[in-house]
Amino acid sequence: MTDQSYNFAYLDEQTKRMIRRAILKGLAIPGYQVPFASREMPMPYGWGTGGVQVSAAVLTPEDTMKVIDQGADDTTNAVSIRKFFERTAGVDTTTATSEASVIQTRHRIPEEPLHEDQILVYQVPIPEPLRFLEPRETETRKMHALEEYGLMHVKLYEDISRHGHIATSYAYPVKVEGRYVMDPSPIPKFDNPKMEMPAIQLFGAGREQRIYALPPWTKVVSLDFDDHPFEASKADHCCALCGANDSYLDEVITDDAGGRMFICSDTDYCEGRRAAGHRGPLNAEAAE
Amino acid sequence: MSVTPLLDVRGVTKHYGRHIGCKDVGFKLYPGEVMGIVGESGSGKTTLLNCLAGHQAADAGQVIFDTRVEGPRDTLLMSEPERRMLGRTDWAFVHQHARDGLRMGVSAGGNVGERLMAVGARHYGDIREQALDWLERVEIDGARVDDRPTTFSGGMQQRLQIARNLVTGPRLVFMDEPTGGLDVSVQARLLDLLRGLVRGMGLSAIVVTHDLAVVRLLADRLMVMKDGHVVETGLTDQVLDDPQHAYTQLLVSSVLQV
Repeated sequence: MTDQSYNFAYLDEQTKRMIRRAILKGLAIPGYQVPFASREMPMPYGWGTGGVQVSAAVLTPEDTMKVIDQGADDTTNAVSIRKFFERTAGVDTTTATSEASVIQTRHRIPEEPLHEDQILVYQVPIPEPLRFLEPRETETRKMHALEEYGLMHVKLYEDISRHGHIATSYAYPVKVEGRYVMDPSPIPKFDNPKMEMPAIQLFGAGREQRIYALPPWTKVVSLDFDDHPFEASKADHCCALCGANDSYLDEVITDDAGGRMFICSDTDYCEGRRAAGHRGPLNAEAAE
Repeated sequence: MSVTPLLDVRGVTKHYGRHIGCKDVGFKLYPGEVMGIVGESGSGKTTLLNCLAGHQAADAGQVIFDTRVEGPRDTLLMSEPERRMLGRTDWAFVHQHARDGLRMGVSAGGNVGERLMAVGARHYGDIREQALDWLERVEIDGARVDDRPTTFSGGMQQRLQIARNLVTGPRLVFMDEPTGGLDVSVQARLLDLLRGLVRGMGLSAIVVTHDLAVVRLLADRLMVMKDGHVVETGLTDQVLDDPQHAYTQLLVSSVLQV
């Protein structure tokens, strides 16, 4: 039931217009970080204030919303944001990827391919991919404006010289439409190739007050070296519950004697497969 | 036959409010030549160098650089992308404090490779090979290629900064007190190295310093500045051995003879 003391989706209409303008500008210049007047939200920074504001600005009463955190629908962050919109917007919610029209996510892209009339909203902690190499905002803006991205490769060079391969495994920098270098938010690099998709992708960073966006089918290239090409890596196992070997896996420690198992990080995908009769090593044993 | 100057400086002036930074400075620098600029603290040497290198905007004047593709062009009228492109290809800038010119959080190899990557190098093996080659040329042990500059001594940091700047084969090097803050024996080695590199690569350089020994060793020509004005110019040995202006005489006579 909608709480009548709030405007639809919590934010007032002027604020939503302001955020929509930033989103439209972001869509017009894919990968460019648009500054916006981020509002205080009733949750701490780092919990998805940017994503929540973007979601609030794009939600309509007919939408069906899904919220995931590290791929899971049932973690604290996902549950509380879902409840927030149930209460303030009264929209339907779902955990099924295919049924949702707006999906807010933290750290994952759903395994199930998205389709054209969906919007994927990312929560972004630090939108500036150059930040840890160049602390000055004035300088990073200039580097984006002048397309000076040599520094991004210095980071990858450092990875190889220290670890023998590109060890960056999440928030892996990408180049958008041959122009802007963009931080894809802390999704695993396994998800990077999925970013060329038919759905709209919006990125909101609340504390840093930046919004950026990818229109459908935008060209997204992960940076690499000629002799150290990009590789979308994942744990070399199959899911213990559903047996999938094409999904991104979480490692779960099961005891203090080195016992562990790997399970799909996307809970909806995993449940869907199990409902369809797929079994992983763990379930197969249990069934016998 | 006349040679086009690599750098033609005309009437460069910079004011800080009512105070003069440097006033109406002009000179020509020919390919392969090293120009020394000496003067006491506050005489406008560094201001001049920063104006020439585009780090500060000059109030008036022209800095005409003989670019590879388009011939002589006034760098002060260039757009910023063009000037920054020059700054990482044909130009190099060696800071007095190595920390200003290095990325302290990045390994020595990464520091040397940055300029290569900035101009489009995308092959890790090649970049690393060039970095190792340059470390050797500035006498840094190749085994330290993955160490951060924070673990280097002052002299090594300065040599690393030089390697990082010269790796893209610049034609003009700006140096701001390259030996400042180093002890005397380290200074001597650094000067020796610099002289070898400058002569070997046929570099042109503008060296700002207050140390007359540095210009005696490195510079072909000398410019003496005081209160933002150039008071005397000439061949290095000529100016140092037979100073004409009263200030130059004072400067030369102030050097301790050991």
